[in-house]
Amino acid sequence: MFEKLKNILNSEDNTKKSPANVKQNSGNKLKIGYIHLSGCTGDLMSFTENYDELVDLLDAVDIVYGQTLVDCWEMPKMDIVLIEGSVCLEDEHSIKELKEAREKSDLLVALGSCACTGGFTVYAKGGQKAQPQHSSFLALQHLVKVDMAIPGCPPSPQMIKKVILAAVNNDMDYLAPFMKFTENKDACGCDLQKRIINQSICIGCGACAAACPTRAMTMKDGRPSFNCDRCVKCGLCYYQCTRSWWPIDQIKKEMGLE
Amino acid sequence: MIQDSVLGPHQEILTARATDKKILKNAQDGGIVTALLVYALEKNIIDGTIVAGDGNEPWKPEPIVATTKKEILKSSGTKYTMCPNLAMIKEATRSYGLEKIGTVGTPCQVMGIRKMQTYPMGLRHVTDKIALIAGIYCMENFPYDSLKAFIQDKAETVPSKVVKMDISKGKLFIRTSDNETAIPIKETHGYEQSGCQYCMDYVAELSDFSCGSVGAKEGWSTIIKRTDTGASLIDNAVEDGVLEVVETNEGKFGLEMLRKLATNKKKKRQKNIDKALDIGLEVPFTKSDLKEDILENR
Repeated sequence: MFEKLKNILNSEDNTKKSPANVKQNSGNKLKIGYIHLSGCTGDLMSFTENYDELVDLLDAVDIVYGQTLVDCWEMPKMDIVLIEGSVCLEDEHSIKELKEAREKSDLLVALGSCACTGGFTVYAKGGQKAQPQHSSFLALQHLVKVDMAIPGCPPSPQMIKKVILAAVNNDMDYLAPFMKFTENKDACGCDLQKRIINQSICIGCGACAAACPTRAMTMKDGRPSFNCDRCVKCGLCYYQCTRSWWPIDQIKKEMGLE
Repeated sequence: MIQDSVLGPHQEILTARATDKKILKNAQDGGIVTALLVYALEKNIIDGTIVAGDGNEPWKPEPIVATTKKEILKSSGTKYTMCPNLAMIKEATRSYGLEKIGTVGTPCQVMGIRKMQTYPMGLRHVTDKIALIAGIYCMENFPYDSLKAFIQDKAETVPSKVVKMDISKGKLFIRTSDNETAIPIKETHGYEQSGCQYCMDYVAELSDFSCGSVGAKEGWSTIIKRTDTGASLIDNAVEDGVLEVVETNEGKFGLEMLRKLATNKKKKRQKNIDKALDIGLEVPFTKSDLKEDILENR
């Protein structure tokens, strides 16, 4: 997988060396697709919050497929496809589109927690208008192989921007954690209890509480205190935790220390 | 930039204290953090800062957003228990509308802030507003109930009567208005929060600047200038007379001591990390045999 992505991005890297050619040479730009399954459009909104930077990004990428972004009905070949939302098993079209996206893309990215691990949609039981029979929602990984997972409800605009810039700049080291995140089958505020506190590694810094989008996580007596009723199962508390994974090399690079 | 796996990357080390008597009165040592936060606020480098403010119980701090000199002064001095400062970082940009946030943290908290900046997964429009990261030296931290045990069982008093707590010369000092108890640090072992046993950072290596008492004489602090942000703040503060500087003691009770404590912490913690990984715990750090330099914080 790593090698495959490297190859795709390498060809992009070549065009980057002569920026003047990029515009004319649109055939070599990264072809990006965006597919919206069962989600709230929050991830797309977060993505498009990068308005200013998108102008620059569009020089480096071609958005070739996407319901609200491109007038295109036939799914083309894509270098990268970003998929938002989980898959509704009662919606044949969703399953078909996901499978097709897997076949037609080199890199399939689950964007946002619904796509990564189900997110908020794990609570769905059906009975809502206008499709009451839509009741079973699954994360992408249950139906196709996911290459990269970017959790968040939504992932912050800054996070999405950094990921795209890393892809454009062929910075595989920066992207490596997101490939690893595909191994996580579930996400919940209780990950913090199981994978941090119970493992004896919590230091009571409060990063989890800051990351939580619903204030399900607060700090009490120097430890995270979790209100399950508020949790949308995004996993941000765990991913943003100082002790869940430690990207020292990327930090040093960002700080200009290497 | 000097690359140093013991003290972290830095530009210069100096010994200083605040010149403002009001700051020194309540300061832990040289009043550096308080003086520099106030200075940064006055110079508009930050428009507010997250500090360990008063909580509901004495000596049990809660993170607060301070936007005035008065609030910063009120929060000065070390409290030897966890204060989840990072929990306020998003709130500082929301309820308080800060555009330039100052932060103070222990080494682990500074690590968390840097991780947020590098991977801002759940922090929409927050990390670009972090303007200053002040680090404090830290060997370990205590849960509030451990602290209470020291105060009640060893010093035989109550938290509300304690006026100052201080760790120096291998002892934890608990002072009330009419008494002082010194508990050898050895006797506090086992009372630390367990997460500290894997910490490879003594001097907040990733901060803009960090400081602490070790290496300086009483009432002064050793400051490590790290990033350009930290270095220029300190240079200007010295130039404007906010800090006064004395010659740094390079010897046995000066920088040698600082290096020794940092090295010892790292060696001890690396052993704990190795042990934890051997029994299969999810510790995010690297085993010693896979490290080029075992003192490195990775």
